[in-house]
Amino acid sequence: MQLEAKDVGFRYGDGPWLFQRVNVMLEPGEIVGITGPSGRGKTTFCRILAGFESPVEGTVHVNGAPLPKSGYHPVQMVLQHPEKATNPRWKMHKVLNEGYQPDKELLDLLGIEQEWLTRWPHELSGGELQRFCVARALGPNTRFLIADEMTTMLDANTQAQIWHAIMSIAKQREMGILVVTHESKLMQRLCHRVIDFNEFD
Amino acid sequence: MSILEVENLSVSFKQYTDGFKEINHKVISSLSVTLEAGEILAVVGASGSGKSLLAHAILGILPRNASISGTIKYKGVELTAARLATLRGKELALVPQSVNFLDPLMRVGSQVRTASNSEDVVSAQRKVFERYHLGKEVESMYPFQLSGGMARRTLLSTAMVSGAKVIIADEPTPGLDPIVIKEALSNFREFADKGCAVMLITHDIESALQITDKIAVFYAGTTVEIASVKDFVGKGEAIRHPYTKALWRALPQNEFISIPGSQPHPSSLPPGCLFAPRCEIATPECEQAPPDMRELRDGMVRCIHAT
Amino acid sequence: MIPSLKININKFPLNRKQRTLFNIIISIIFLVTVILGGILLDEERIVTNLSERNSAPSLEHLFGTDWLGRDMFARTVMGLALSIGVGLIGAIGSALIALLLGIAAATMGKMADRIISWIIDLFLSVPHLVTLVLIAFTLGGGFKGIVIGLTLTHWPSLARVIRAEVMQIRSAEFVQVSQKMGKSQWWIAVHHILPHIVPQLLIGFMLLFPHVILHEAAVTFLGLGLSPHEPAIGIILSESMRYLSSGMWWLAFFPGLCLLIVVRMFDQIGENLRVLMDPTRSHD
Repeated sequence: MQLEAKDVGFRYGDGPWLFQRVNVMLEPGEIVGITGPSGRGKTTFCRILAGFESPVEGTVHVNGAPLPKSGYHPVQMVLQHPEKATNPRWKMHKVLNEGYQPDKELLDLLGIEQEWLTRWPHELSGGELQRFCVARALGPNTRFLIADEMTTMLDANTQAQIWHAIMSIAKQREMGILVVTHESKLMQRLCHRVIDFNEFD
Repeated sequence: MSILEVENLSVSFKQYTDGFKEINHKVISSLSVTLEAGEILAVVGASGSGKSLLAHAILGILPRNASISGTIKYKGVELTAARLATLRGKELALVPQSVNFLDPLMRVGSQVRTASNSEDVVSAQRKVFERYHLGKEVESMYPFQLSGGMARRTLLSTAMVSGAKVIIADEPTPGLDPIVIKEALSNFREFADKGCAVMLITHDIESALQITDKIAVFYAGTTVEIASVKDFVGKGEAIRHPYTKALWRALPQNEFISIPGSQPHPSSLPPGCLFAPRCEIATPECEQAPPDMRELRDGMVRCIHAT
Repeated sequence: MIPSLKININKFPLNRKQRTLFNIIISIIFLVTVILGGILLDEERIVTNLSERNSAPSLEHLFGTDWLGRDMFARTVMGLALSIGVGLIGAIGSALIALLLGIAAATMGKMADRIISWIIDLFLSVPHLVTLVLIAFTLGGGFKGIVIGLTLTHWPSLARVIRAEVMQIRSAEFVQVSQKMGKSQWWIAVHHILPHIVPQLLIGFMLLFPHVILHEAAVTFLGLGLSPHEPAIGIILSESMRYLSSGMWWLAFFPGLCLLIVVRMFDQIGENLRVLMDPTRSHD
């Protein structure tokens, strides 16, 4: 089971190409980083892998088959702003259980406390919300995880806490992870290898 | 003399529970911090620790359901609502968190001009744009046409052009690439070197360390430590408070280890030291009463065990 | 601050949220009383009684009597009840049209959006009253004409709000995340979009009400609405105008004032509901 992006290119309408000929291969259990200056389409590329967007050219395959159009997506993504990724009119327990029922072990690993479950999203801090988004994305059928500036808004301690939880689960389940971050030190700490997005054009 | 002094500040919010009961949440408690001219102070803490609210309290832009106690002094004189109204935007300026604070229907150039207090607003605006490498064409752009970095620099220009003596920057760096961050931070340094003061609010202890002089660490609505940047070296032996130590050790370039648990919610603050439930060196004494801020080795700390 | 020192210095024993709820309940009680009054008051109260013509307000006749000796209080209450009834039908109809067209515009593609937006703009560019008069007149006036007219003219602004809301939520990140968790379009519509629409619709509906009632009264006042035999508030006002110059101020004053109060009550309910239902605003 591997995630493979082949000659992927994207642009809006007839506008200029945001990027073209992007080739990325992600093996199970592998943690890969992407660097590159902002505004070059790293986020859009992540959205394509997660199925939020379709590539204008090129293909994305999981295990040799194209990404499914419906049903649970094997590539899940966690975004930078958790407050946008949670329905403001849902209590947290509903947010958490949207895809599946995470077990107690996972919640403990991520430091999610029972009393948070009865709160509204706006009553939690960004760091607390982001833990929910991570838990939600780690369903049993998630094969690959895309972390697009996932901990950029969080303090160092919460960042380390969330990453440790993800790493241990990734190891246990042989899950592949793609990390986008501006922080080179975090990248060095986490990734097996790093791809420079500038190489593609 | 300190340019800005915050003494014993508390902020609480009136909130409603599911039933129609009213409760008061204390989000900032007995907070004291001072800002000297020519200095950059970083306010570092997790989201939800009340650091943005400190900025809003100083500028008097808290929401209506907030109540506030304690004193804030500017140049030694208390900041009342009336005095604040005359100073805000002239001597005290805010660099807000996001581009959403720009008027989407107004050209960037004119927005910066409205912030200027000088005689010749146009040349003042051009000068500041030139300094921040914003081309002439940016003047006539609308906010949506700006890239993230340009928008940041525009927000910065708005604060700089006002000729303020104190700038409060709320999370000016996240999501920017390292080059832009470095540039923005060096702008603050330059500004402080001219004899003004900057309060840099951030969760990012690493970029704070690059340019600031002093760091105030926030936890659950109050400062737990005020330390000099020099203290942040090695394994953090010179750091006073266990929470600051934990933050330092959690950095990816250091040990990248976290302490379990999370910051208490304002509705269920522990009776004693706010950090005690997560603290390795906590003793029963810590749970008795909230410790006071005390001086220690040229810094301040709110911990009875710190040495 | 020590917790025990937190004394409630509020003059009212209720907090703001409780006051909001209290306001809503008071308004609802008032409106229900008017409607019940209109139904229960018996026709005898407004029969012609020539021995008590043109009497000023007194304890027996709170709002005075008119030139035929009819009790103005009973007429006003019955008129208001009728107006509220017409308003209810009109507002429900309008809200339904707004809901359907708003959702259709947001979900059925660019062409549908363009056409519906064009119709909305068309309706909004002409004053309500003009379209209402045209439609009511074409349909021959009367109860049916005015109700259809009201229904067809009051939906555009609410439809626009619903269209924008649906569009915004459909592109929200939490909906995209939901899709990738394998949720169907239908599931997303029910669980994500509906909870955002219902409060908007309910509040929009409450705020439509006063408009509908005022416009009904206005058209009836102009003689193009309900027939003169019905005790509508518009009829009362238009008839009373003729007697104003002879000093019988109570004929128009009380019915007019009551109409104003009813309209304000609906506004109150709508505004207060808006504050209560928004989770992020509920703490202001």
